[in-house]
Amino acid sequence: MSTKLTLPIYMDYASTTPVDPRVAKKISDHLTLDGNFGNPASRSHKFGWKAEESVEEARSHVANLVGCDPREIVWTSGATEADNLAIKGIAKFYQSKGKHIITSKIEHKAVLDPCRQLERDGFEVTYLEPNEGGLITDEAILNAIREDTILISIMHINNELGTINDLESIGKIAREKGIFFHVDAAQSTGKVPIDLTTLPVDLMSFSAHKTYGPKGVGALFVRRKPRVRIEAQIHGGGHERGMRSGTLATHQIVGMGEAFRIAKEEMDKDIKKVQSLHNKFYDSVSKIEEIYVNGDMNNKVSNILNISFAYVEGESLIMALKDIAVSSGSACTSASLEPSYVLRALGRKDELASSSIRFSFGRFTTEEDVDYTLSLINHAVDRLRELSPLWEMYLDGIDLDTVEWQTH
Amino acid sequence: MAYSRKVIDKFEKTLNEPEKFNVGRFDPKEANVGTGMVGAPACGDVMKLQIKCESKGNTHVIKDVKFKTYGCGSAIASSSEIVDMLIGKTLEEAREIKNVEIAEALELPPIKIHCSVLAEDSIRQAIDDFEQKQ
Repeated sequence: MSTKLTLPIYMDYASTTPVDPRVAKKISDHLTLDGNFGNPASRSHKFGWKAEESVEEARSHVANLVGCDPREIVWTSGATEADNLAIKGIAKFYQSKGKHIITSKIEHKAVLDPCRQLERDGFEVTYLEPNEGGLITDEAILNAIREDTILISIMHINNELGTINDLESIGKIAREKGIFFHVDAAQSTGKVPIDLTTLPVDLMSFSAHKTYGPKGVGALFVRRKPRVRIEAQIHGGGHERGMRSGTLATHQIVGMGEAFRIAKEEMDKDIKKVQSLHNKFYDSVSKIEEIYVNGDMNNKVSNILNISFAYVEGESLIMALKDIAVSSGSACTSASLEPSYVLRALGRKDELASSSIRFSFGRFTTEEDVDYTLSLINHAVDRLRELSPLWEMYLDGIDLDTVEWQTH
Repeated sequence: MAYSRKVIDKFEKTLNEPEKFNVGRFDPKEANVGTGMVGAPACGDVMKLQIKCESKGNTHVIKDVKFKTYGCGSAIASSSEIVDMLIGKTLEEAREIKNVEIAEALELPPIKIHCSVLAEDSIRQAIDDFEQKQ
């Protein structure tokens, strides 16, 4: 199948995905007077009952994708809220048992910032270092566990690297020690199978918009057996069995449900397709001299590929690749002017962190997109290296670590 | 990053026509060449500026310039911008170039002013290197 190339090319699926047209249709059916617009909490008329029916159907789709009971799904405004609810909710409910939490340095800010907030409230948090490949080892977890540890929060798939943590193994440790285990799985749905009937995980956060659903909706899995209790963070009506109040956003929720239904149905197809694009991309890009893959190649999803192009600064590479939408770990692309904290936690030098680009593919990426991107990368890296005094020094055989730089 | 059209233009032209925009190197050992290198890879910017001078009366005039820059788009544009400012100037005049002139010419956003400071430093260093050789 030949498709026409449209510029710019979207290679940033790990940031957000476009809504699948089938999902968009479902959403628009739940907005207007002739659609299913009711308030699912309205018990006195058909509009409410119909809306509730749609919401419960969506809940089943979400539960079905991850292998849990629909009653274990709590709707939230996104994975950020789900992470906040899980972490603060557990901490506040079980604080009499202990005030220590374990997480990692490479979690998403939606986990790190609630942890920081809890530290201000008197909790203690251990931030684990990942190994060189970006994975959290059992050893690191075991070493950090204390008598008063109540929660371990570790992400499933890292958003910058695509690396996959071993939930089975970490969860087993948590179970043995009687510690709750929360997992941020915002990047996981539709990318890898998840089966919560067997996975020893107590809470798991999901996002709709990383899986071809709309922004502004997510969910938190809260295990019923063995029972996990959390303290609500938003009050006002007692919706979602008191765990998260607020009128349910029917259109968003059915969008998430439909997106997850499709994800379940088409996961094999999606994974195969992305795998083949990834391999094609990697085979070509790995021929460029002095490139480094960030994150363990043998333990990652194929929709994310994070590469450092040594001696080329990331922001300038993004500018040179103006027809390609990608993200960079470069300091210059972040508001804080700091290179990616994830890459630094891996032990990458600042300059390699600043030279990194994250490419992420998805359901609508074509072979033509990949071919075109590859040709632009080759051209841009050549040109920027021609401009780079560091590349010149590298070619002259100078070890850049021995140079006395004039920092400013 | 919201860059001005000027930064983007300068960056793209420099990238696409490196020779025309004085990207390259002189032999730093040549007596009439001064080399300045400022910044650090860990900070995300390294600028290398080389001037080739000719004596004129009791001073020297910059006849040609070459540069290479590792850094963000505005760092590359800033280095490229100073090339035109330098050629034909005496060393005394070149020393007077201030970072504001570069920043204004490119309409650099406030967060990128340090790129123009770095470019100014690279001029000073290249001149110092040249003068030490004389």
